[in-house]
Amino acid sequence: MAAVQETVEQVRRVGADQYKYGFVTDIESDLAPKGLSEEIVRFISAKKNEPEWMLEWRLEAYRRWLTMTEPKWARVDYPAIDYQDLYYYAAPKSKAGPKSLDEVDPELLRTYEKLGIPLHEREILAGVERPEGEERPRVAVDAVFDSVSVATTFKEELKKVGVIFCPISEALREHPELVRKYLGTVVPASDNYFATLNSAVFSDGSFVYIPPGVRCPMELSTYFRINEKNTGQFERTLIIADKGSYVSYLEGCTAPKRDENQLHAAVVELVTLDAAEIKYSTVQNWYPGDENGKGGIYNFVTKRGDCRGANSKISWTQVETGSAITWKYPSCVLRGDNSRGEFYSIAISNGRQQVDSGTKMIHLGKGTTSRIISKGISAGRSSNAYRGLVSAHRKAEGARNFTNCDSLLIGDACSAHTIPYIEAKNPSCVFEHEATTSKISEDVLFYCMQRGLSQEDATALVVNGFVRDVLQQLPMEFAVEAQKLISVSLEGSVG
Amino acid sequence: MTALLEIRDLKAEIAGKQILNGYDLTVKAGEVHAIMGPNGSGKSTLSYVLSGRPGYKITEGQALLAGADLSQMSVDERAAAGLFLAFQYPLEVPGVATMTFLRAALNAQRKKRGEEEMSSPDLIKRVKELAKILDMDMEMLRRPVNVGFSGGEKKRAETLQMMLLEPKLCILDETDSGLDIDALKVVSNGVNQLRSKDRGIVVITHYQRLLDYITPDVVHVQSAGRIVRTGGKELALELEETGYARYQSEAA
Repeated sequence: MAAVQETVEQVRRVGADQYKYGFVTDIESDLAPKGLSEEIVRFISAKKNEPEWMLEWRLEAYRRWLTMTEPKWARVDYPAIDYQDLYYYAAPKSKAGPKSLDEVDPELLRTYEKLGIPLHEREILAGVERPEGEERPRVAVDAVFDSVSVATTFKEELKKVGVIFCPISEALREHPELVRKYLGTVVPASDNYFATLNSAVFSDGSFVYIPPGVRCPMELSTYFRINEKNTGQFERTLIIADKGSYVSYLEGCTAPKRDENQLHAAVVELVTLDAAEIKYSTVQNWYPGDENGKGGIYNFVTKRGDCRGANSKISWTQVETGSAITWKYPSCVLRGDNSRGEFYSIAISNGRQQVDSGTKMIHLGKGTTSRIISKGISAGRSSNAYRGLVSAHRKAEGARNFTNCDSLLIGDACSAHTIPYIEAKNPSCVFEHEATTSKISEDVLFYCMQRGLSQEDATALVVNGFVRDVLQQLPMEFAVEAQKLISVSLEGSVG
Repeated sequence: MTALLEIRDLKAEIAGKQILNGYDLTVKAGEVHAIMGPNGSGKSTLSYVLSGRPGYKITEGQALLAGADLSQMSVDERAAAGLFLAFQYPLEVPGVATMTFLRAALNAQRKKRGEEEMSSPDLIKRVKELAKILDMDMEMLRRPVNVGFSGGEKKRAETLQMMLLEPKLCILDETDSGLDIDALKVVSNGVNQLRSKDRGIVVITHYQRLLDYITPDVVHVQSAGRIVRTGGKELALELEETGYARYQSEAA
């Protein structure tokens, strides 16, 4: 059998059984009644003891959402979602919310252990061995389980340097002025169908504030886990890097295997003030559904960063291997003069997965620069589209963009699409766009196998080479995890 | 004693077209064979059939490596069993550092043979020694496999892989093509270091030039998909004089 054909067969066999995070945690949940109404919005707000203005904000979003229609322009196809057949709030039953790790339900701690995310402060993400004597980098974790944050580590230590890292529900109570000042200023409540829905019903997520001139002493990360059946997850993340500060933030996601589709409609807002920098990395491994396209997460996410200050920088790095459907365009609004936006992406689709993902770089300020490196890999019967917008406003004197989109096809039943939009309203800007689409080369696989590599190892090696530019952008712990994930997503038994 | 490589009445085709027409060849351990012939006589085809390239199909006859039937083994199994093909046009593997590739290949073979993997420090040490013999800059080994390498650099890298993997049977497919005289000497020197009583080497070449540096024990002339004449190293010199014309007409 020809090498590629064999790979295709293998990839075809990869289905639900390859998904390692498909277990369900047996824990009693506090569920809001099914369906969506003003009462549910009030219920969620009340559960969180939110200030009145927050409730009003949610209700306004909800009323607007009722007037909107679901977007249909993406290259994805799915049956209509019944928004009244979902739970909008699910929380593990417990007291008012744990004060320390000792109070967290041990069942939950075990869940995160199983996911490779120990919540003990002395430990870090698993998977990397370091030379002796070298200090391990520490990572502070906010663990979000269904609709609530169950634990946040290293909070005290971060507090000493003035960094605020906590669940957004807590931030609303303890730092309302900060939340109110920035919430919805990057992704307005009216932005789009899913963002508006999120604004009405978001339950939890992380809040980060880095004070002026502070370089956050450790990586911050949030792990999202959907556990409960028929639950939508609507988390909201807000990160503010004040003048001259820096933070690197990581996000990971998994969900159990379920036959029903589950909705995940998150909103992430980033703000950088003068000369600040945010590096945001995602490894998204939501359950992708089985080989026939049954089950899986609908990942409809709005992520946007606002380089509000001059000389500020926002960098998105994403490794997308999960979800039945991905609809996601992490973007940068380059408002401050000489600000910079970056987007590095690896999107792998297999089975019946559908991906429509990309980025927007909106150049508003003078001398703004952006860079887009996108690597799409399609296998099985999947569809993988890159959709991107690079635009320059009239005042964006000297704006520059470089875009590189490469697609790799494995087998003959998948597809790759590149849909770039470029709009330059200032004659001085320079936008470059490069794109390639190729099939995994049978000759290269043969060459690698002639040196002794198995079919699977050869494929994994070639794919890892293909995505190398992007992997290099990830923090080391994540890069190792991502590399493994890539092999698993494509092969099954490699590694 | 079993021959290292035993090819008996081998017929093979690609896309329904027969290229090898009853091929016979026996290579014993310790021997260096040269296979010469005009373009289009199926020299590269032989190397691909033996190594198991997809699309090359054996229709009749047998090819045995140390007694084992090659047609029953996958490409990587043949490699682990000790068959190495130095490609005429080595492929590029973008994004994969040469050192990473070497480590992956060596340890994959060792694992298949039930041997222990080579540790990184040992590997680096060994590769450094080999790079010195082949006059290669270590910096090159940090670059992706063959990407942006010149013709000569690619052939040096091929030779380095061969020396590191220590195969039982080396097949060199037109290794001299694209090499200047200095590179030719360096690469030949590497190949000569691999000569041993346990190893067989098959040098496929169009020109006699390479054989000035790698002296063969046996020279074959191949035409129209089989061997039409066999002799000692002087046969190569004779071919240099007379050319391949008479063999082409003989075969036709």
